[in-house]
Amino acid sequence: MSYRYKIEITDVTLRDGMHAVRHQFSVEDAKAIASALDRTGVAKIEASHGDGLGGSSIQYGFSKESEEDYVGAVCQAVKTSQVVALLLPGIGTLEDLKRAVGLGIRGVRVATHSTEADISAEHMEEARKMGLDVVGFLMMSHMTETERLVEEAKKMASYGAHCVYIVDSAGAMLMDEVRRKVSALREALPDHVQVGFHAHNNLGVAVANSIAAVEEGAYRIDASLAGLGAGAGNTPLEVFVAACEKYGIETGVDLYAAMDAAEDVVRPRMARPVLTDRTALTLGYAGVYSSFLLHAERAAKQFEVDVRDILVELGRRRVVGGQEDMIVDVAYEIAHGKEANADGPVASVHRG
Amino acid sequence: MKKLSAAIVGSGNIGTDLMIKLKRSPWIEPRWMIGIDPESDGLRRAREMGLETSADGLKAVLEQGVRPDIVFDATSAKAHVRHAKLLREAGIQAVDLTPAARGPYVIAAVNLEEHLDSPNVNMVTCGGQATVPMVYAVSRVVGVRYAEIVATIASKSAGPGTRANIDEFTQTTARALEAIGGAKRGKAIIILNPAEPPILMRDTIYCLMEDASPTTQAKVLESIEQMVRHVQTFVPGYRLNREPIFQDDLVSISIEVEGLGDYLPVYAGNLDIMTAAAVKFGEEYARHKMQVASAEEAR
Repeated sequence: MSYRYKIEITDVTLRDGMHAVRHQFSVEDAKAIASALDRTGVAKIEASHGDGLGGSSIQYGFSKESEEDYVGAVCQAVKTSQVVALLLPGIGTLEDLKRAVGLGIRGVRVATHSTEADISAEHMEEARKMGLDVVGFLMMSHMTETERLVEEAKKMASYGAHCVYIVDSAGAMLMDEVRRKVSALREALPDHVQVGFHAHNNLGVAVANSIAAVEEGAYRIDASLAGLGAGAGNTPLEVFVAACEKYGIETGVDLYAAMDAAEDVVRPRMARPVLTDRTALTLGYAGVYSSFLLHAERAAKQFEVDVRDILVELGRRRVVGGQEDMIVDVAYEIAHGKEANADGPVASVHRG
Repeated sequence: MKKLSAAIVGSGNIGTDLMIKLKRSPWIEPRWMIGIDPESDGLRRAREMGLETSADGLKAVLEQGVRPDIVFDATSAKAHVRHAKLLREAGIQAVDLTPAARGPYVIAAVNLEEHLDSPNVNMVTCGGQATVPMVYAVSRVVGVRYAEIVATIASKSAGPGTRANIDEFTQTTARALEAIGGAKRGKAIIILNPAEPPILMRDTIYCLMEDASPTTQAKVLESIEQMVRHVQTFVPGYRLNREPIFQDDLVSISIEVEGLGDYLPVYAGNLDIMTAAAVKFGEEYARHKMQVASAEEAR
């Protein structure tokens, strides 16, 4: 059949999927998943702690393996795909990136909150000098107006990004918003800078959103085997590839190999099924960073409060990615009856 | 008694806030404000407040023969590397508010008097001034095998210097958690939050303790509370968000810093704690110099 679109998929099972297993994938898991992914023909494989290089911490959870062992194992297991890593300035550093390059990664995705692109300048410029494929990742794009996203994307392009992503970290976007934001970036960025889209399935529309993004000119799309990822998971690779086949989008991914990898390699390694349960759904509904899921469940148990109350309050306070420490503080406040006035300004809420 | 004369290099958020605080000091008189942008708001304010200003940078001003007793550098890590050399050659005391870390670390609440004889001291980072005292409060009671801090600041309070120095921030803060905080290993994370109205500076401090018996926990709690009161003597808006939480060998401390609103509004507690710490060191240095001088006179 003839295709209407051609795209490139970046698989995030070994990075975003780490959130869903509390960063506990072993070197053996990493090798098995990386080899299975390599056989699907997927263009790029992202591997690191869920919060990127240097993410192993009390705040986000310690990884089972050292970064060297984990990323190194993925690089060695892969023959044709390119291995890339995530880096969040403020968490990981250029030194972490240089070490990962030594392990064999060939690209880096530099992520900032969608209004803070300028903290990525140094990392992107240096990554370009190192000859890496460089992606700018505008997290929590649902919180930011289209015009501002365009400005921030242009900054990332000026630092040397080959591609800039609209990242729906909270799985809070619906198709019309995806279309508006992706098409605005496509129009504003120079032709040689690609546009990408990263979805979470908290509202059940990850595949639909990703297809809408392709129609608006996104060239890179993120997906993961069986959808393994934070919150209700990412765009499931095998589902997306099947939908793309039917829709006339060329992905370069072997559908059966992707199905087998999801079913035989990833599902048996899941700590819990990836599904849109009430917590994951609340993330999308309240517009909260998907990685908060397991942390919020833990805090809800510890302080005996409803996890949904924690998440809705975090959304109201416009907490951004990486602020996992706010989960415990909000749970504590709710448990101690210090729940904030719903209309009060954020600063006064924080005065507790 | 004659005040020490001071120059401030860098007319951004930090330099301007520092100037306003130094104007109130009984020990130090800010006389020069040196920037590189003649249009900057900081230089304009400095002129209004009666300081001599220059937009030609530190080197040009020193070449004109200006010799302050003490220079506060609020530029960038890269610029301070050059400035440190110039000031050393001119024999001028340097207080470095960038993460360049050419001189020893000073955390105002912990080791204020340790480096009064060092010609260049480094004020670490705003996150360091706010969190190292908490780690120290734990480690003076019980061994801390790992300390991790997460500093969340309002986007509006982070100027271009801070934004260009994100790696230096995390690395310098982490080293200070070890060197001054007393943790065996340290890690620092910084997050910018663009919420409107802007959030107050907020820090979470995690310490993994070598012993977490109830007696130790009680002592740690007391030590933390004591330290909060001590920091409040020069940063009144420094406070605990909630009681510290103990879980197994982990203690989690959450603080926020409300600024005095000298230059930026009160949300910029990160600015405030940095400049207040620098003033505190400057005044301690001034007192020390006068003691030395009067001791020599008496001889």
